[in-house]
Amino acid sequence: MDYYWKTNLKILICLLAIWFLVSFGFGILLSDWLDQFRIGGFKLGFWFAQQGSIYVFIILIFTYVYLMNKLDKKFSKDREEKGS
Amino acid sequence: MSVQEWTFLMVGISFAVYILIAFKSRAQSTSDFYVAGKGVNPIVNGMATAADWMSAASFLSMAGLIAFLGKDGSVYLMGWTGGYVLLALLLAPYLRKFGQFTVPDFIGERYYSNTARVVAVLCLIFISFTYIAGQMRGVGIVFSRFLEVDINLGVLIGMGIVFIYAVWGGMKGITYTQVAQYIVLIFAYLVPAIYISIIMTNNPVPQLGFGSTLVGSPEFLLDKLDKVTTDLGFTAYTENVKSKIDVFCITAALMVGTAGLPHVIVRFFTVPSFSDARKSAGYALVFIALLYTTAPAVSAFARMNLIDSIQDKEYSESPQWFQNWETIGLIAWKDKNSDGLIRYSSGNALEGVKPVYAKEKGNSGERVVLNKPDLTNENEVYIDADIIVLANPEIAKLPFWVIALVAAGGVAAALSTAAGLLITISSAISHDLLKKTFMPRITEKQELLYSRLATAFAIGVAGLFGVYPPAFVAQVVAFAFGLAASTLFPVLLLGIFSKRLNKEGAIAGMLVGLIFTAGYIIYFKFMFPELDTLDNWLFSISPEGIGFVGMLLNVSVSLIVSSLTSPPPKEVSMMVEEIRQP
Repeated sequence: MDYYWKTNLKILICLLAIWFLVSFGFGILLSDWLDQFRIGGFKLGFWFAQQGSIYVFIILIFTYVYLMNKLDKKFSKDREEKGS
Repeated sequence: MSVQEWTFLMVGISFAVYILIAFKSRAQSTSDFYVAGKGVNPIVNGMATAADWMSAASFLSMAGLIAFLGKDGSVYLMGWTGGYVLLALLLAPYLRKFGQFTVPDFIGERYYSNTARVVAVLCLIFISFTYIAGQMRGVGIVFSRFLEVDINLGVLIGMGIVFIYAVWGGMKGITYTQVAQYIVLIFAYLVPAIYISIIMTNNPVPQLGFGSTLVGSPEFLLDKLDKVTTDLGFTAYTENVKSKIDVFCITAALMVGTAGLPHVIVRFFTVPSFSDARKSAGYALVFIALLYTTAPAVSAFARMNLIDSIQDKEYSESPQWFQNWETIGLIAWKDKNSDGLIRYSSGNALEGVKPVYAKEKGNSGERVVLNKPDLTNENEVYIDADIIVLANPEIAKLPFWVIALVAAGGVAAALSTAAGLLITISSAISHDLLKKTFMPRITEKQELLYSRLATAFAIGVAGLFGVYPPAFVAQVVAFAFGLAASTLFPVLLLGIFSKRLNKEGAIAGMLVGLIFTAGYIIYFKFMFPELDTLDNWLFSISPEGIGFVGMLLNVSVSLIVSSLTSPPPKEVSMMVEEIRQP
């Protein structure tokens, strides 16, 4: 139980750090600086603010789903083994 | 066929589909009524959540706002999507594991207090009614522009449809109609966007199109837009006007507020398990992102087209849409220099918030505006940002059926959100106030009856908002998000992640968050709107972003008060242990 919750918290902290970096970091605080780079017709900071951050948000949620499903499976297996 | 006939056809067919679905999925029990029997497939729920979330504001107003705000508009794009990461990671799975019917249910049980439950119900009702007022205005605009019926009749028709499927179907009926409404609204949004993207940049993907070069020119669309806006005296389209700290706080308040909105959270109570709740939030964001990544493209296209099609034209040569929207009262032109040419540049065209029209026509045939011109700038055009999405297909000269599709999409967006809000309000009344607090003896059958009555009552109130729209709709949106961020979100989050937080801490936190945030917004938006400027704001944070500060205050007060009072009873820490396990 303790192990499950601590692993969950570790995953949460990593994913939320990325969440913060792409939106508040690249989209707002570092946005003007990133604007000196370009992808196609977009300035990079502007692209993160209006497009990129949203794509990363989706990837983050599905990464969490994947990691937690794996952890859930491991946890229920451990519990079965202990029970028997 | 004319635009009007097409619109009748499209809106008529979509209404028939909604009623048919409602008829097929009637609620039999309170569990059906509140949470659709907890048997909704996570992908289906993702789609329903997307329709539930994307309101008339997302569909009709957002792209227009961004078109005029430029890069500052990113606060809505990031704010209204980033909240789903918080929901999926921090709230949805645990609240689903807890397994009750409503958000106040969790707060009441976790903080072993009916006072906490009632405070949560009050916040919920305020937030939800605020939201509904905006939906009804959306339905009114669409009906009056495209069907040329009276706004009131339009509102009544909309209410009637919602009445049928919300009262009989409950959450179950709403879920499946929302799926249909999502399909209508996303088609209605994407089709014109793809059309316009091809016309302007030859790229069929709008998300890439607004980063491409313009047809017949080597220049990138955004570069041209930057140049044109700067020439007209605006800040360049891809630059911020607002300060960094304000952009930061508004984005944070919208994100946290989104994650704390009861009508969104409750959608995740309808899936079969906690792991489905995580997955479902991911799908919801995919379906939402389809619209939210298209919106900024629509904004850039619209701003460019708008300037191209009216700048320095004579009124008689102005496009048909310009005159149509002037008739509705959402566009006005005041020929400040009397040269007969339309001049659009930065600054307010008129003094006062809205144009007031005289009966007669002016020299060029325009509607005469009684407002004094604002002589500090040369801008002669007043445009309400709400018309951009609706007018865009006309501006780009798309076929009639596309215009009709957009009208049906706008109605779908408004109705799906209104229905979700209504069910949230009615379950808070029948379940939390009646069954759990004041009338614990009623049977399930009676509770179901009361929840239907509460829904009918809430529809009545929402209808009144539609017929007599409060003038302050735009201001109160900041209110809804600010309150969700500063009251509900922190107690939900800490209720899961801290075992030590007790009843005293939670109630003190909610009250401090509520009083601070509501006080700040009321002071600047209602009592002294003339003081609502950068110099007077606390730490230069606007009322739109103050919910973030309210949330921080709530969290600190909760933790401090909890550490000074006795810890929660053993059953509560066991409950928290329980919801943290798979």
